[in-house]
Amino acid sequence: MTESRTPLVEMNNISISFGGIHAVDNASVDLYPGEVVAVLGHNGAGKSTLIKILSGAYRRDSGDILINGEAAVINNPRDAKTYGIETIYQTLAVADNVDAAANLYLGRELRTPWGTLDDVAMEHKTREVMGRLNPNFQRFKEPVKALSGGQRQSVAIARAILFDARILIMDEPTAALGPQETAQVGELIKQLKKEGIGIFLISHDIHDVFDLADRVTVMKNGRVVGHARTQDVTKDEVLGMIILGKVPEKAIPGPGAMANV
Amino acid sequence: MSCAPANEPWEHAKAMAELTHTPSTPLTARPQANAVTRFFRATEIDTRLLGMVGALLIIWVGFEILSDGLFLTPRNLWNLSVQTASVSVMATGMVLVIVTRNIDLSVGSILGFVGMVMAVTQAEILPKLIGFNHPAIWIIALLVGLLVGTAIGALHGAIIAFLKVPSFIVTLGGLLVWRGGAWFITSGRTVAPMDPTYRLMGGGTEGSIGATASWIVGIIACIAIVGTIINSRRQRQRFGFPQRPMWAEYFLSALGCVLVLGAVAVVNSYPWPTAIARRYADANGIAWPDGGLFIAHGIAVPVLIAIVIGIIMTFISTRLRFGRYVFAIGGNQEAAELAGIKTRWVTVKIFALMGALCAVAAAISTARLNAATNAQGELDELYTIAAAVIGGTSLGGGMGTIAGAMLGALVMQSLQSGMVLVGIDSPLQRIVVGVVLVVAVWLDTVYRARAR
Repeated sequence: MTESRTPLVEMNNISISFGGIHAVDNASVDLYPGEVVAVLGHNGAGKSTLIKILSGAYRRDSGDILINGEAAVINNPRDAKTYGIETIYQTLAVADNVDAAANLYLGRELRTPWGTLDDVAMEHKTREVMGRLNPNFQRFKEPVKALSGGQRQSVAIARAILFDARILIMDEPTAALGPQETAQVGELIKQLKKEGIGIFLISHDIHDVFDLADRVTVMKNGRVVGHARTQDVTKDEVLGMIILGKVPEKAIPGPGAMANV
Repeated sequence: MSCAPANEPWEHAKAMAELTHTPSTPLTARPQANAVTRFFRATEIDTRLLGMVGALLIIWVGFEILSDGLFLTPRNLWNLSVQTASVSVMATGMVLVIVTRNIDLSVGSILGFVGMVMAVTQAEILPKLIGFNHPAIWIIALLVGLLVGTAIGALHGAIIAFLKVPSFIVTLGGLLVWRGGAWFITSGRTVAPMDPTYRLMGGGTEGSIGATASWIVGIIACIAIVGTIINSRRQRQRFGFPQRPMWAEYFLSALGCVLVLGAVAVVNSYPWPTAIARRYADANGIAWPDGGLFIAHGIAVPVLIAIVIGIIMTFISTRLRFGRYVFAIGGNQEAAELAGIKTRWVTVKIFALMGALCAVAAAISTARLNAATNAQGELDELYTIAAAVIGGTSLGGGMGTIAGAMLGALVMQSLQSGMVLVGIDSPLQRIVVGVVLVVAVWLDTVYRARAR
């Protein structure tokens, strides 16, 4: 890369296989503070798997993860969170039967001096964060099940930014949203970027993320096809990377690039 | 009619939010001018629970009529409360088990096994070590039972969580193993009698706390109810959250106190049997009055135990992190894991807790019978599960309340003792209980489908 700063995240030569299938094969990707990197590829290209290794949901077979240039030990979601890595999963990963505050604080509940749940304080903070994200949201007492798709999404996003994330992973963040809500998420990403948070955007649809991303990393069959700065390539060229594995001139080819044509 | 509820700004904001932001929201969530709806929303009374109370009242009044006034007597209601204690204690634990989409078929057998262990401890082992009628016998026996019950539950939980054997199979195995174990300990012999202090846990004339203590318990409960309501209001004021209207707070406080004091009044109007009262009078040098001596039973010890367990379990499930995790796991196990919850340990803890509650139920049951038999608690697993499910615990996971399960146990027990009182044949009794279980769950399904 052209930058001389230390990357926020470096994932080097990551591999993982499930029952003999190489879901991710020797993949490397990096991310700088205040940068948005889109990880693109078809369904099954290995992008979600790669990123779940970073968020602690899967344990890698080999490869290194460096956070701020230092080797990081990430064996479970709790480990990832201690490094400031927060993830918004494609499935949202919310517990449907409890309310927004309970979801925001799941696993990190606020407690009173007696060790009981401080529901009121959690609701207070939830109202504050949700007020910033989605000012119209008022259904704090209802289980998340009763909310609309967009509202559930804002709950998942609120949970990720509540704890001062430094690295944010968004897996198909706009897949379930309407145009207005998609625009809202776009605005949020720009705002978070300004705050110096590094963001991985995972998507199978280039149109969703091309304008938001500073760089793209394209994956195919578990391998990295190549990296490119979005200002250097066109959407069509990136599509070529996604579909054919064909790397344009200004992109850096990876191990998964199509053999020389 | 004036249409200005005290919480109007809140409702207004809510409606605005729904209009501007989520056009897809169902219309039912909008505020309605209907007085009944407004009443339930203001008081935040769970209408499901209210439906169960209604069903219970119908059963009670029905049996009262069928039995020519034998059902709603202090004597019968007091007996009913004692008979419900053991199953309702186990039902509180079954709620947590079922909420996480597990099941425990072994509770009846654990009850039998642990009951036998406690009986042998106090009737055969301890007297040799520390002498007959030693004051510590009951507590040592109880602690041994709690320890064994917890260990059995933890073992089940560990097999389910770490070896990934489905809970249905593990506890089905447990049902056979621990029933066999109960038989094995004494080769099928019944162990009796129990220690006199231990026996108080089973109720009876001795095992009741009397009128004065019952009133004190009732008054403490009333203070606790009012205190809880005030505290929750203060908490919400702290951050300026929407609150219940004042009249609703007063209504709930009054309702709670009336129910508690009413129940105390009922158990306090059930006198000791004449023979026992006369013996007591003679022993204490009290002159026997003409109309007989009125000594009230008051709240039975097993009922007190069940109520305390119910309060503790409600506290665990709603106020502690553990309870929050139990419900989160039931709602979405994957989400809970991704949030960093150690779901397998939570599972082990749930089953360990269930085992401990079986031990409490075993103490109540053996103390009441004044003996331990190898058949004790047979079929209790089914009554426990039925109580939890009738009480609104969803087998789909993620939903259920402790209070509901205890009420469910009371409904089941009311049906059974009512049928005995009316003189229905025992094969028919089981048929009725079975049919009621299915109908109750069907009605609940209909209710939930409509409430959505």
